[in-house]
Amino acid sequence: MTHPRTLFDKIWDAHVVETLPDGTAILYIDRHLVHEVTSPQAFEGLRVAGRKVRQPNATIAVADHNVPTSPGRVGAEADSILQLETLEQNVKAFAVPYIPIDDARQGIVHIIGPEQGLSLPGMTIVCGDSHTSTHGAMGALAFGIGTSEVEHVLATQTILQKPAKNMRVTVKNRLTKGVYAKDLALAIIARMGTAGGTGHVIEYAGEGVEALDMAGRMTLCNMSIEAGARAGLVAPDETTFAYVEGRPFAPKGEAFAQAVTYWRGLPSDPGAHFDAEIEIDAADIAPMVTWGTSPEAGAPITGHAPDPATVADEAARTQMQRALDYMGLTPGQALTDAKVDVVFVGSCTNGRIEDIREVAAIARGRHVAEGVRALVVPGSGLVKLQAEAEGLDRILLDAGFEWREAGCSMCLGMNPDKLTPGQRCASTSNRNFEGRQGPGGRTHLVSPAMAAASAITGYLADPRPFQ
Amino acid sequence: MQPFTTLTGVAAPLPAANVDTDQIIPARFLKTIKRTGLGKSLFAGLRYEADGSEKPGFVLNREPYRHAEILISHENFGCGSSREHAPWALLDFGIRCVIAPSFADIFHGNSYKNGVLPITLPRAVCDALMEDAQMGANARISIDLERQVVIRPGGEEIAFEIDPFRKHSMLNGLDDIGQTLQHGDAIGAFETTRAAAEPWRPVIAI
Repeated sequence: MTHPRTLFDKIWDAHVVETLPDGTAILYIDRHLVHEVTSPQAFEGLRVAGRKVRQPNATIAVADHNVPTSPGRVGAEADSILQLETLEQNVKAFAVPYIPIDDARQGIVHIIGPEQGLSLPGMTIVCGDSHTSTHGAMGALAFGIGTSEVEHVLATQTILQKPAKNMRVTVKNRLTKGVYAKDLALAIIARMGTAGGTGHVIEYAGEGVEALDMAGRMTLCNMSIEAGARAGLVAPDETTFAYVEGRPFAPKGEAFAQAVTYWRGLPSDPGAHFDAEIEIDAADIAPMVTWGTSPEAGAPITGHAPDPATVADEAARTQMQRALDYMGLTPGQALTDAKVDVVFVGSCTNGRIEDIREVAAIARGRHVAEGVRALVVPGSGLVKLQAEAEGLDRILLDAGFEWREAGCSMCLGMNPDKLTPGQRCASTSNRNFEGRQGPGGRTHLVSPAMAAASAITGYLADPRPFQ
Repeated sequence: MQPFTTLTGVAAPLPAANVDTDQIIPARFLKTIKRTGLGKSLFAGLRYEADGSEKPGFVLNREPYRHAEILISHENFGCGSSREHAPWALLDFGIRCVIAPSFADIFHGNSYKNGVLPITLPRAVCDALMEDAQMGANARISIDLERQVVIRPGGEEIAFEIDPFRKHSMLNGLDDIGQTLQHGDAIGAFETTRAAAEPWRPVIAI
């Protein structure tokens, strides 16, 4: 009888090529996702050293961060065009599969991995982007890496890493109506803090997680990095297998049946050891919004901005005051009193068809408040086509939302979609850091439903009365 | 990679927790295809006004910290994005060592790979070093990686921990890829064994 292992332990063990004397593992990587921003220097490194890509067919490239999402994709800046052209030259020179910008399958790398069946249970998946944790929803070990590691994976198909610690977040009960995986993620991060998961891989478990659809699991795993974790995981189950079956790059027929047999052996064994355990009751969670400049600074939408005067530690008090000043909020202010200028729906966190359906359900027959700019940016070309087939684009356009091309858009302020200084944004993205969506921009992280309700009222708003 | 052996230099105090990589180097500067030239954009949001002029209050705009080679900060330094542009920007500015009570995982790994040494020390020790750093030009802090000590201006030595593999790579300026490629046969054997055992694993062909 082997000792009970966690899901993380099993995936890890199955990918160790060799363990070096100090305990560092050479870990095999099944899937490497490449995008235009963090890869140019890696390909350049290969070129300088005269190295090749070891497994081009385990690698896939797409441009997402730096592409314009305006209709017709007009407005790219010269340096953005250079970065895109550099990617196109590199994929050609190194024979890496590439989804071009005008292909319907183009989109945010973390949306298209699962969508195309490129991300599968039990895999190790890396990408030069911290939100690679998204793919953990498939029951895959997926983490973000830096550019030096991108180069390392291209050259060797491995990374050097020491095993992470295991943490389990058990979610009791189910989320209530109007409360989503995004709210759950923000509630967990508010509880753990942005460094609470450092050094750990988080496995999300319990009824509240099992009840989530794949889109919700992806949102939850996506935000693991905002808790400082190396990765997030959800055990593969029937929901996972049903999602995977028939995807373009997923195994087919007999191969799929073999794969499912393998995948059924992956969930954590009873009695497996977790270094840390957290339990949270989904029934207690209300729609969440962040008030500060760190994802841990979250509160129920029914709540208020905190009062620094109640904080004992001087450094923490100063930091809270600074965050409130930056966000233009006063201590004790009702969060629903904050007037928004921009609403952004999209990103690898919330750019899937399920998210757009939630927005359209609230937008139907209503109109965006005067003076509010509201963008809906599908996570991929296929999400966009699906939404259009369902008539969601019409509902959104009639309600005064912009309907845009796929890409990372206003999540990170490096393409033309940016906030201007002082603008307040209800955003379905993942980070509310100072300047994240543009210099001086004020970001409130919210679910798609809250984003829609905020667009309609012009203030941060509880979505539940609209549902 | 430039080896890291010893360093003596001005330390800049940055007393804030959760200094994220969007603060270290905002995304609008990530359009480069090079590793160099990011130093002028380091901490751009904290360092410059909207018109590009310097914010006089920010530490790296003041003497002697314009020439800082060491940065001292608080918990969870480098959280957020995986962008390696963060250590590239620090290095390009001239900072080769960051001392903090804790680091975010990806930034921590990225730093070593660029010869930027992240040193983890307890908060109370970081606070003491922060006070040293406030003394400005009179406070030159030294790092001796071989001996694993930080040396305060008064000569007091503070020991720090470092992973032996990373220490070796830093001291010798070694490239991880070259080291891993020495295990190329093992990687090949792994691929062969698994292809036979798990033939369902898909291969991409676009």
